[in-house]
Amino acid sequence: MSHTDLHDLSVAQLAAKLAAREVSSVEVTQHFLGRIRQHDSLGAFLATDAEISLAQARAADARLAAGERTPLLGVPLAHKDIFVTRDFPTTAGSKMLENYRSPFDATVVARLGVSSGAGMVSLGKLNCDEFAMGSGNDNSAWKPVQNPWDTTRVPGGSSGGSAAAVAARLVPAATGTDTGGSIRQPAALTGITGIKPTYGRCSRYGMVAFASSLDQAGPMARSALDCALLLSSMAGPDPDRDSTSLDLPALDYATDLIAASAATTGTTPLKGLKIGLPTQFFGAGCSADVLKTVRGALAEFEKLGATLVDVSLPLTELSIPVYYVIAPAEASSNLSRFDGVRYGHRAAAYTDLTDMYKKSRSEGFGDEVTRRIMIGTYVLSHGYYDAYYLKAQKIRRLIAEDFQKAFAQCDIIAGPVSPTVAWKIGEKSDDPVANYLADIYTLSSSLAGLPGMSVPAGFGEGGMPVGLQLIGNYFKEAQLLGTAHQFQLATDWHLRRPTGI
Amino acid sequence: MALTSQDISRVANLARLELRPDETEHTLRQLNGFFALVEQMDAVNTEGVEPLAHPAAVLGQVALRLRDDVVTETNQREESQKSAPAVERGLFLVPKVIE
Repeated sequence: MSHTDLHDLSVAQLAAKLAAREVSSVEVTQHFLGRIRQHDSLGAFLATDAEISLAQARAADARLAAGERTPLLGVPLAHKDIFVTRDFPTTAGSKMLENYRSPFDATVVARLGVSSGAGMVSLGKLNCDEFAMGSGNDNSAWKPVQNPWDTTRVPGGSSGGSAAAVAARLVPAATGTDTGGSIRQPAALTGITGIKPTYGRCSRYGMVAFASSLDQAGPMARSALDCALLLSSMAGPDPDRDSTSLDLPALDYATDLIAASAATTGTTPLKGLKIGLPTQFFGAGCSADVLKTVRGALAEFEKLGATLVDVSLPLTELSIPVYYVIAPAEASSNLSRFDGVRYGHRAAAYTDLTDMYKKSRSEGFGDEVTRRIMIGTYVLSHGYYDAYYLKAQKIRRLIAEDFQKAFAQCDIIAGPVSPTVAWKIGEKSDDPVANYLADIYTLSSSLAGLPGMSVPAGFGEGGMPVGLQLIGNYFKEAQLLGTAHQFQLATDWHLRRPTGI
Repeated sequence: MALTSQDISRVANLARLELRPDETEHTLRQLNGFFALVEQMDAVNTEGVEPLAHPAAVLGQVALRLRDDVVTETNQREESQKSAPAVERGLFLVPKVIE
């Protein structure tokens, strides 16, 4: 196989070639660095450094030469710029953190990395909405990201750089973070696969904090199997670093999937699986092309033996105000650390300390971040806390309880990820409420802390990808990945690629 | 209940943000649009419902872990201060706060 084809290989295939010593990690890394340079205009990357990536690749090759055979050794990836890294700058997509260098690696970065982890080589840092706030990646302070399927459209957000890079085959896999849909929605809009695990599955240590009770890391790749390979290394307790990380060991998600593909070919592998369809996810709010594609995918699941049942999540619409009270409240608290003293932007001229805080913060934060800090500060301020924040946290419990009632009737919940395919860059940029409304199908499971996936399901308006959302009960990542894997064994939507890339 | 431009100024001060006059107007309009959406929450009866902070608490108590009270960090002052805007002799510099 020529090197020009390396970018078409999956994580699993690249790992196999590396393990067989058919190709070195340095060769693979050089190839992908070339792809990244070639497609720089997509705006997917915020930082690359060939020397550092190649040094990591040499370290991986040394481990391979010493006989080590682990599932991800030597395979490259890139990290969303929300994860702090020692080797690359970290900006969280914000001018506030221009030139910031973290003294440490995020736990997820360390677990996947070469020096103390699974042996993956980092190709750099991926563009995202500023502090992960946005759904089109047009809130990045640096540059917008283009959707490889149509470069006049957004890739989704906030993990838009991760999604575009995977879809354009600039990386075989990437990390993302999801607070209200930021892994699932860009995965859907770019035709790739992504999973947001149960809240607490992956350590939040070293993820620049947005909304601490919602933020969760997850992998983005082209298939469920590749996501399973990454998640097996990313997940697991981090007792000394993240007090909200769950005391549950990571599972070997991939081995089960590989065993399942061998065992069930040509049968009805999903026999007995009940898929619940929330009536609220299939209403007038969803555009016809997305609904048609999602229903087509669900018909495929029926062919594989699954049964479809109607369920109800009556508070779905309420998840929008509840989320947009809770997330900004937590953000306003988290982002108070950016004061121009210990790190981050400091204004050039000011009169006193308070003026320095105000000028530094106003210059450093973009419009959407400022707006959310304002909302959050207001809902937490004296006299409004009960009416807004506490009220939202109570409805949050009701939303989570509704999911438990639904899961009494089904194993997995399915529906669209986004009510439309990717929109044109700039189309919604000055209408925050319109952006918030488009998050409707991802917010409720985020508030409940449930694991959710986006799986490529076909194409809608303008030939743009559509994602099917699968939501599992707590800790059921393996079931989600297994179900998606069976769908991907029977269909080839996840193998389709944008033309001209 | 609509916000006023005084509310915007008060909140901006609490958040240590400085908005230009044209930004204040714009922010006021956008926040009022947003709070119209938030009013939907009033219709939900939440009497006797406990607020939910850690999502997995829906399944039962989530224990707050305690770790051993031992020193685990090494001194990384220099690396930590590398990205600071103004440092002198290992100290963060700020404008004078005490006359």
